[in-house]
Amino acid sequence: MNSEMTHLDELESQSIYLMREAFHGFNKPAMLWSMGKDSNVLLWLAKKAFCGHMPFPIVHIDTTYEFPEMLEFRIWAQKHYGFELIVWTNFEARERGIGYETTDPVTVTHELKTVALQQCLAAYNFDALITGIRRDEDSTRAKERYFSPRNAEFEWDYKDQPPEFWNHFTTESGPGEHVRVQPLLDWTEIDIWRYLDREKVPLPGMYFSRKGQRYRSLGCMPVSKPVKSDAATIDDIIEELKVTRVSERSGRAQDHHERNAMQKLRAKGFM
Amino acid sequence: MTILPDATLPARQAATPKPAAAAPAAQGSTTDHLQLVVVGHVDHGKSTLIGRLLFDTHSVPDGKKERIEAASKAEGMEFEYAFLLDALLEEQAQNITMDTTRVPFHTERRSFTIIDAPGHKEFLKNMITGAASADAAVLLVDALEGLREQTRRHCFLLSLLGLRQIVVAVNKMDLVDYRPEVFEAIRKELGEFLGKLGVEPAHFIPISAKHGEGLLKGSARMPWYHGPTLLEVLERFRANPPASGGPLRLSVQDVYRFDARRIIAGLVESGSVSVGDEIEFVPGGKRSRVKSIETWPQSDPAPRGPVGSGSEVAVTLEDELFVERGQIGSPVSDRPYEARTFTARVFWIHDSPLRSGELIPLKLGTQQAEARVLGIQRTLDAVTLETGTGTTGEVKVHEVAEIRLRVRKPIAFDVGGKVPALGRFVLMRGRRIGGGGVIDSVVDEPPENRGASPVSRSAILGHRGCIIWMTGLSGSGKSTLAQALEQRLLSSGILSAILDGDVLRTGLSRNLGFTPDDRSENLRRATELAIHLSDAGVVVIAALISPFRVDRAMAAERAKERGVPFAEIYVNASLAECERRDPKQLYKKARAGQIQQFTGIDSPYEQPLAPDLELRTDRESVNDSIERLTQLALGLARPVEQAGAGADI
Repeated sequence: MNSEMTHLDELESQSIYLMREAFHGFNKPAMLWSMGKDSNVLLWLAKKAFCGHMPFPIVHIDTTYEFPEMLEFRIWAQKHYGFELIVWTNFEARERGIGYETTDPVTVTHELKTVALQQCLAAYNFDALITGIRRDEDSTRAKERYFSPRNAEFEWDYKDQPPEFWNHFTTESGPGEHVRVQPLLDWTEIDIWRYLDREKVPLPGMYFSRKGQRYRSLGCMPVSKPVKSDAATIDDIIEELKVTRVSERSGRAQDHHERNAMQKLRAKGFM
Repeated sequence: MTILPDATLPARQAATPKPAAAAPAAQGSTTDHLQLVVVGHVDHGKSTLIGRLLFDTHSVPDGKKERIEAASKAEGMEFEYAFLLDALLEEQAQNITMDTTRVPFHTERRSFTIIDAPGHKEFLKNMITGAASADAAVLLVDALEGLREQTRRHCFLLSLLGLRQIVVAVNKMDLVDYRPEVFEAIRKELGEFLGKLGVEPAHFIPISAKHGEGLLKGSARMPWYHGPTLLEVLERFRANPPASGGPLRLSVQDVYRFDARRIIAGLVESGSVSVGDEIEFVPGGKRSRVKSIETWPQSDPAPRGPVGSGSEVAVTLEDELFVERGQIGSPVSDRPYEARTFTARVFWIHDSPLRSGELIPLKLGTQQAEARVLGIQRTLDAVTLETGTGTTGEVKVHEVAEIRLRVRKPIAFDVGGKVPALGRFVLMRGRRIGGGGVIDSVVDEPPENRGASPVSRSAILGHRGCIIWMTGLSGSGKSTLAQALEQRLLSSGILSAILDGDVLRTGLSRNLGFTPDDRSENLRRATELAIHLSDAGVVVIAALISPFRVDRAMAAERAKERGVPFAEIYVNASLAECERRDPKQLYKKARAGQIQQFTGIDSPYEQPLAPDLELRTDRESVNDSIERLTQLALGLARPVEQAGAGADI
């Protein structure tokens, strides 16, 4: 590396800086991992930030609606990278009958992801969660900070966020509260793909075209729909993204179930 | 297809790299990505301008536009370009932007991120949050309204934040019938105001965001204007300050010891670092050379640098120095200031004012220190640029002031724009940033009076405090010797106290485990406690396994810094002998796997290389050991008696 940093170099450096600040600033941080493309970039950056180590646990919130292929990847990646994996499921809600078969997707997302995360946080006393959200994914995420506090009820006070500049962040949280640390905030979908390509980051195969379709964004099986695509390589995907004007999460049903679904989900603690 | 990454590899290999020239600059290999902030008075058209730029450059995803159109319809409103940004319902209801928004878009020539900062006065903190990370700014002025309060305030903050690439867009020209004299009047007035701030805008451009005039191509409505369009100017701005030719400034974020390596991780704020460079860490002044630059995945050959400014870096050093977060790695020949008192210009964005005399946490780079507000020289009115007269007691929210600060311990910084990142700081109000500042000058001051010195205490006690640091395996005899030494010293009239590892673990360090980091922290606490006691005149007998050389070196260095005599005693008995003694049955438990990370079993013990005294408790008698130990301790505590007249008490 020299003084001519590329845009990806800058993003990478910034993300690593943020992760190290999180690791230093909090007593018990953890990293959220969904096995998706952004999550895998996050994992890769953490390995870089800590020179091959993973000094905090990796949390997967398992909704029980995961694609089998993603679960296989989970097993493979844990062995490959070597980290402490915590898998958490809101079994209580599943036993109550909450599921895509019976309930609307916004409620299911809230119960099986947000509430599950709350349970996990309470069980392990994490005071910071490193997540892979990006500003360009959704207009509510566009308003996020790198270090974004959540109160004990998991609520995000997006009207009164702490100022954040000159590399100074909120690295304290009160009892029961936590801070979301979001090192990928400035990355775009194309940045993610260019970086996956440059670094040869391992990925689940579902992102690549099979029989004329591929997944652009991966969530729970019943609500993740593939898009029509012949993009079989990362180069193809980048070319496709340059011309597409369909938003990334358009295949995610819970975002579109009702107007402002994402805003409601996020105010209540969704990623 | 399986899930393994290999599935995608053949495709990658087949792909031929495109020549950079064939790809648009946005995908090129250079740093051609511009962070752009849009500022100006409320309702002067910021969101409309951004919405229009997104729309005209085809940067709006179809889904998003449809969603917002549907939402507008549902609310009974006509679609406006501003809504492309104001995605939250309540914003649309109030017609204001709530918070900083970042929106990516690109043209044929480069990619941009627009940081939309709000104009409402109460959201100034968000504007600063946005503007502080921008490469360039668009300052919008309403042609009909002209300069307003926030126009001027934003100009002032842009100059304080160090933003130098500014373009002024005189908006809503349609409302003044595109008349050139309106544009000229605003250009003159604003030009003069910015001149006072030392800011020279790249261009003044007449536009109408609503009608798309003057944005992407020249406006037929304004044939009298011959300058560039807004987008042309934006495409010409430098995406990044040129690579800093300044000296190395490596802000240390953390020191990692996950394995045998002791890795110093940080950010290169300016200059560059390569293997072999000699680096001095300020404050403190310890020096070493860079042994390696650590990367993951490990590359072959290992990188030797240079790692340039703006990049994170992880290095190891040739010497085992005690380096800590907050220190600045710099060239020996060009170090930052190391001082406690300085003047600064600050802006305040917290409801609770900054008060003269208060003690407030200050953060600069990765350094943190408590700062005393010695005085508030004068407050500046950001609107009129007039300075208040005399001193004042406080800086209120949204005010700007010149203040004098003194931090409790020396910090490292640069002044005068030499390395901007190390010339600015934030002041914390609770968990939040209360304000930010730029250091203007260093203030010299006489050495402080620390009250009673250890010297005068030693005159009363007849001896001085010191630290007898006993290291060795569990069961090597540290506690036994420590107790005997304490008895001997007390009976000689010397105030002494034992700092026992087991006792520390039940109190001061009870929240710590036995990982290398926790062990380090335990010893850091022990060291600081020992120094305080020694300062008060006590001979501290520290009986601590302290297995790592670097931790013991750190303790010795800290003691030296504070002027406390320090001796390292190696209580040496073979592991076999210690295990045979096993007074607390700990080896037995460790062998059985009931205890992890037990020194000597599954955690290493690093023998002292040059201890002040070595006691072979497995070979010599206890009495002999005690005798030699006592002589050494007396020598440290009462140098006058030992060394005769003229000793250094």
